[in-house]
Amino acid sequence: MSAVFEYPTSALEIARAVRAGEVRAREVVEAALERIASFDGALHCFLTVTADAALAAADAVDAVVAAGGDPGPLAGVPLALKDNLCTRGVPTTAGSRILEGWVPPYDATVVKVVAAAGAVAVGKTNLDEFAMGSSTENSAYGVTHNPWDPNRVPGGSSGGSAASVAAGLVPLALGSDTGGSVRQPASLCGVVGVKPTYGLVSRYGLIAFASSLDQIGPFAATVADAAALLDVIAGHDPADSTSLEVGLEPVSRQLEAGVAGLRVGVISDFLVDASPSCVAAVRAAAEVLSRAGAVVEEVAIPALMLGLSAYYLVAPAEASSNLARYDGVRYGLRVDGPDAAQMNARSRSKGFGPEVKRRIMLGTYVLSAGYYDAYYGQAQRVRTLVARGFGEAYEHFDVLIGPTSPTVAFEIGAKTQDPLAMYLSDLYTIPTNLAGHPAVSVPFSLSEGLPVGVQVLAPTLGEGPMFRAAAVIEHGADPGARGPIEPRLAGAVR
Amino acid sequence: MTENGSAARGWETVVGLEVHCELSTVTKLFCSCPNAFGSEPNTNVCPVCLGLPGSLPVLNARAVEFAMRIGTALGSSVEASVFHRKNYFYPDMPKDYQISQYDAPINVGGHIELADGTLVGIVRAHIEEDTGKTTHVGGGGRIHDADYSLVDYNRAGVPLVEIVSAPDIRSAEQARSYVTELRAILVATGTSDGRMEEGSLRVDANISVRRAGDAEYGTRSEVKNLNSLRSLGRAVDYEAARQIGILEAGGTVAQETRHWNEEEGRTSSLRSKEEAYDYRYFTEPDLVPLVPSAEEVAAVAAALGPLPAARRHRLAELVAADGAPAPVDQLATVVGLGLDDLVAAAAGAGADARLALARASNEAANRPDEARALDPAAFAELVKLEAAGKLSATQSKSVLAAMLEDGGEPAQIATRLGFEALDPAELEAAVDAAIAAHPAEWDRYRQGDAKVAQFLLGAVMRSTRGRANGKAVAALLEARRN
Repeated sequence: MSAVFEYPTSALEIARAVRAGEVRAREVVEAALERIASFDGALHCFLTVTADAALAAADAVDAVVAAGGDPGPLAGVPLALKDNLCTRGVPTTAGSRILEGWVPPYDATVVKVVAAAGAVAVGKTNLDEFAMGSSTENSAYGVTHNPWDPNRVPGGSSGGSAASVAAGLVPLALGSDTGGSVRQPASLCGVVGVKPTYGLVSRYGLIAFASSLDQIGPFAATVADAAALLDVIAGHDPADSTSLEVGLEPVSRQLEAGVAGLRVGVISDFLVDASPSCVAAVRAAAEVLSRAGAVVEEVAIPALMLGLSAYYLVAPAEASSNLARYDGVRYGLRVDGPDAAQMNARSRSKGFGPEVKRRIMLGTYVLSAGYYDAYYGQAQRVRTLVARGFGEAYEHFDVLIGPTSPTVAFEIGAKTQDPLAMYLSDLYTIPTNLAGHPAVSVPFSLSEGLPVGVQVLAPTLGEGPMFRAAAVIEHGADPGARGPIEPRLAGAVR
Repeated sequence: MTENGSAARGWETVVGLEVHCELSTVTKLFCSCPNAFGSEPNTNVCPVCLGLPGSLPVLNARAVEFAMRIGTALGSSVEASVFHRKNYFYPDMPKDYQISQYDAPINVGGHIELADGTLVGIVRAHIEEDTGKTTHVGGGGRIHDADYSLVDYNRAGVPLVEIVSAPDIRSAEQARSYVTELRAILVATGTSDGRMEEGSLRVDANISVRRAGDAEYGTRSEVKNLNSLRSLGRAVDYEAARQIGILEAGGTVAQETRHWNEEEGRTSSLRSKEEAYDYRYFTEPDLVPLVPSAEEVAAVAAALGPLPAARRHRLAELVAADGAPAPVDQLATVVGLGLDDLVAAAAGAGADARLALARASNEAANRPDEARALDPAAFAELVKLEAAGKLSATQSKSVLAAMLEDGGEPAQIATRLGFEALDPAELEAAVDAAIAAHPAEWDRYRQGDAKVAQFLLGAVMRSTRGRANGKAVAALLEARRN
């Protein structure tokens, strides 16, 4: 390692140094693998570490640099992939027993795209089974520990990705956000987490949970790093029919534009039940924006509070169909039975965990003949109401802000026996998914040593103003509230 | 029981057909795998059509165009449509749901005119994907008693259009006629090869009976596994008779799905209404609504050639110009295979239309792909040679076979094959030789045994190696007898 180069450091600094030939990608990746080896035994962010492939990819980047070629904007940047993104030749479990040992024969589009940009995937991160959960405790492969406090959850479902960035194992990670699964763990781990506009990032190769809500998004320690990764993964993909054909002006270039004159609405409905520290963070962030020249006002959007109940009908309905294919016939776990139906039932009974089963049953029920209109049909109408509520607000505001999560990271086991309490973790993130909008969680302050994130929400393709506001909030935030940190490990003195 | 028997006792059979048609696109409906029949199992597959985790469908624009052609040919309204998921578990369905269309299909309404003039309404013709194919090994070859099953996913994701008729069909004969006509339309629009034996067309029949004059329909059964026109006709007759038997004995017909067993010639219950799947349809979130523009619809309509019924009429007029009615079967075959342009071109070039139709509907029909590629002028020339007696029927068929194989001019092929027409003296000598060689048969012929004429004709054909014109031989024999 070059004397001047410290790891962890930001993705943009790594890419700059690698491109300039100041450090070799191999050195960076070795440093990342070393840090993973040091800390991940305790944290359990990763389900699979692909050291050999990562070193080979790093060497390829170095070879391009040596040859005077362009190694891409993320040259040599170690990156973690949530284990619901398909990786050719690398086991992909979605956190489920039912996919234990399954090795995809293909790469997700984002996996190809980040590799083409020079990023080096170092492994696959832990998640709630099939991305269903808010704590990563629903993983079939054990819980991930929050680097800020090993007794607490990292949030979820993309807990492994969030924690890996917070602990400085990697500067960048990808997650997926169906109801808050990037933003909520980002908030709980003190990192930036982005849920892009639906259709901005290809879903091809993302193991589906709820197709109309799923969207892949970046984790990073800084807004600028998150913007750089978003700029790489955004773009039309003909393999995803829901992929948008319109482009997005790169957000990286807009970060310095400031918020003078930007109309910011503070969602008052989100301040009623959130914990005092989360409310205080939002109010302080509003003040930061206001001082930077934004026009800040409170706004009530009551329809948003209907989102949670609609989400828990729509998402399970789609999930019940998306997860039907895990039937023991073609891949994954098979438990034999006297006939196909029995084999199917036994494989699914053994392969799925309780939360996944709960949602499959719920989803199957709400789509059933005679119940469809009362539940699924009604939920779709509520979804329209949520979108309309946002739409009216965005006639007056460019972006909205609110808490990302109602609370800071909670203790492992605190909510596992109470699914409804767990579901409430996503109360403020879900409406964004229902509307297909973008949102970002930015680390802002500490509450009793735990990070608190502030959420910036924007209308469809409003990532530009959203990132401008996020950059200003980051600038005014407590620098001690964000990763990377030296992880606090179990047994250490707190 | 025959239709006439049941009709005489006051029963009416009511049939509606659901026909699944495999589109002859190059690739599958949602991926770029080949849409091909007969490949090694599980070779035409990819993450999408295997339903691997994370894969997503992308709609084949060609399949949509084909569906629009079909709808336009059926007189349907081509509308904005939405894909739905039809959810049920089955091992040959990779995703355990089928992407189909539900309450917003691409084609709505329309009709088919049968050969007898009956109009059968079309309810809808929607796009959906095919499933894989399961082979049950051991037991009776059915899923419930098989030892194990093998699944071939080559067919999974092949584009289908399901054409649903109104319950306007009233007999087995009409049911067959409907499928025949539909098949001809599909072939004519270039959307399907129409091969029932390869499963390109698969028919489910909704069958019920009622007292003639009743306004209400009876309870129907849905009969599956009808793999041929013959199966369809037999199943309609069987099922109508079975239901009439139940009703005449005072029973009630159960609404259920039944399986046609071709060997046993009967249907058996597959599942009752209570056991019917709840498909839990909902909008397919991985696809966007399909909204064809008015220009696209108009372009499809404009590109559509004349349909089979119109083409049969045109051909029939050409052939019947000689005063006799045109053979209906030959018309249907030739139009069905798209050979009517060949016949019309031959007639236009001065060949005998009736003879051209006969050759096209027999020899040419055996090799339709080659026949459609025939040079119409050469075909016309062949028909003229035969009509002029320069080629015997046997010779003409041999020349046509050679033309289908390698192309070429019929006169040159005839020369190469040694098919110089016999001169009259040679022909007379051959006939006399045959008479002399078979005195007993000649006596019987002279006494009026017409059947023996074929024997004598055969003898002449053998001695001339098929070069003799059959009609001329018959005329000579007749002349010799008198």
